[in-house]
Amino acid sequence: MDIQEYFSLVFSDYTLRTITLGTAILGAVTGMLGSFAVLRKQSLLGDAISHAALPGIAIAFLITGAKDSNTLLFGALISGLIGTFWIRGIITKTHLKSDTALGLILSLFFGFGMLLLTFIQKQPNANQAGLDKYLFGQAATLVVSDVWMMAIVTGLCLLVMLTFWKEFKILLFDADYTKTLGFNTKFIDILITSFIVLAIVLGLQTVGVVLMSAMLLAPAAAARQWTNSLSVMVFLAAIFGAFSGVLGTAISASQNNLSTGPVIVLVASVFVVFSFIFSPSRGLLFKQLRFIKNRRDLQLHKTLAFMHQIAATHEDISHPHAIKLLNSFQGYTKSTLQKLVDKDYVQLQGNMWSLTKIGFETAANLYTKQTTEDE
Amino acid sequence: MKKIAVKVDDLTVAYNYKPVLWDIDLEIPEGVLMAIVGPNGAGKSTLIKAILGILKPIAGSVSIYGKSYEKQRQLVAYVPQKGSVDWDFPTTALDVVKMGTYGSLGWIKRPGQKEKKAALEALEKVGMLAFKNRQISQLSGGQQQRIFLARALVQNASIYFMDEPFQGVDATTEIAIINILKELRKAGKTVIVVHHDLQTVPEYFDWVTFLNVKKIATGPVKDIFNDDNLTKTYGINYKVSIQE
Repeated sequence: MDIQEYFSLVFSDYTLRTITLGTAILGAVTGMLGSFAVLRKQSLLGDAISHAALPGIAIAFLITGAKDSNTLLFGALISGLIGTFWIRGIITKTHLKSDTALGLILSLFFGFGMLLLTFIQKQPNANQAGLDKYLFGQAATLVVSDVWMMAIVTGLCLLVMLTFWKEFKILLFDADYTKTLGFNTKFIDILITSFIVLAIVLGLQTVGVVLMSAMLLAPAAAARQWTNSLSVMVFLAAIFGAFSGVLGTAISASQNNLSTGPVIVLVASVFVVFSFIFSPSRGLLFKQLRFIKNRRDLQLHKTLAFMHQIAATHEDISHPHAIKLLNSFQGYTKSTLQKLVDKDYVQLQGNMWSLTKIGFETAANLYTKQTTEDE
Repeated sequence: MKKIAVKVDDLTVAYNYKPVLWDIDLEIPEGVLMAIVGPNGAGKSTLIKAILGILKPIAGSVSIYGKSYEKQRQLVAYVPQKGSVDWDFPTTALDVVKMGTYGSLGWIKRPGQKEKKAALEALEKVGMLAFKNRQISQLSGGQQQRIFLARALVQNASIYFMDEPFQGVDATTEIAIINILKELRKAGKTVIVVHHDLQTVPEYFDWVTFLNVKKIATGPVKDIFNDDNLTKTYGINYKVSIQE
């Protein structure tokens, strides 16, 4: 099946439609919430939470023996939440910095989870196969009820976000100040964090423990490059996330043996790379271009200023001078001279140049203006 | 005798083992422009944060016009240190100033035209109206400080707490800010400022508190701003030449 075939099938084929919808919704909700995580400088929190969810999956299986995703993800949710609040506890109660706390909890929970998984695999029980799919995710196992679950959580998340938008925004920007205004910052904080945990847990089945944090961060990091408005950033991150989901599913469905989760993450990373290079205001490419242009302009201005110095020694400003004179000025090249001619600042006559009236005035007024706007 | 705007009783704050503030008693009369001075680590910012409930004190109480701070919150505005937030946050100057209205709006309700108007007025007062749609990371340090000041002005409070508003701003901005503070005092507001530049204390302020973990002295600048108190606070033989 090639990509074209995929897009013609996606509306008719039941399985394909379910999986595509699932990954799209998942991408949207993680992108949205990821914006908050990125702006709170909690990018690694997602990684810690997803790893912390693993033992929950194993324990849920050991207790219930069931393998339906809702039961297992409920276990993941519980252990993800425990991990999160443990991290918060470590940060507030000890001298450890947040990166240390995140790293500790991540490896502790993940190690414990792996231990339980290997233990389960040794069990004489035919039912145990397939738990390891939560490590890297398996989108093909998505069924309609999973997608419904994702849709409900996403809807709830949207509702809460729109309701508490103002509170989310001010807490993200300035938590101390928010407190002095009388808001219960702990409540807002727990609300945001809980939704982040929820979104991560929802994605475990599709993308898996190991790669889940990329779903949270990549769309948000890409979105940040294109806008200076929080609402637009959240919206864009949702769009990028959803597109990563759909494109990733399309690519993996159209090739054999391409696992969906990693492909989605790779597509999301392409969004990031593209944004980092091509964003008009923050992108590397345009920054570099602006830098080069500024340097050229400055060089031109310096040459003009030098010529102005020479011209000013003469009573008649349009008195011609030898081009040779310019060679003693370091920044001078033939192309800068040509540019000055193009701008009508300078006239050439054989080996001589002279400033035009505009050129003389421009040179006299270069950088003498008081720039009050940007002090 | 003037009314007491802020009263602090037996306030003690500790982060770990050593107290950062020890047994602070403080009465700040209404309508003064007060500097809190002291060396690094003296607990100046901590004092403000503890009064505002950002930090939980180990002991002590704070009252604003005779009632607990929680009940009088709307009378108090706070200007945090400029460096306490990430200025690359995706938002505009106007949006930040609007945040000053969030407290009176309460939960969920969004700022509307009335709040926008108030924010624009505050921006004008600090001379930043032309920058209202500017992304905050593209503002200079002095401009960012003025935005923070405008955000507090929007709260239309009676008491203002400011944490080093002159830090890293140029002379023009410093004068602009102090003029606004003096206007606030003229309007009968109480302004409390953590301040570092001892030279400007007599010129800017009429009230001063010396702090170094313990409160050393508090009172009118003309009575207590002297070498004796400075030496007690900074621990070295301090000579300040007061320019008349």
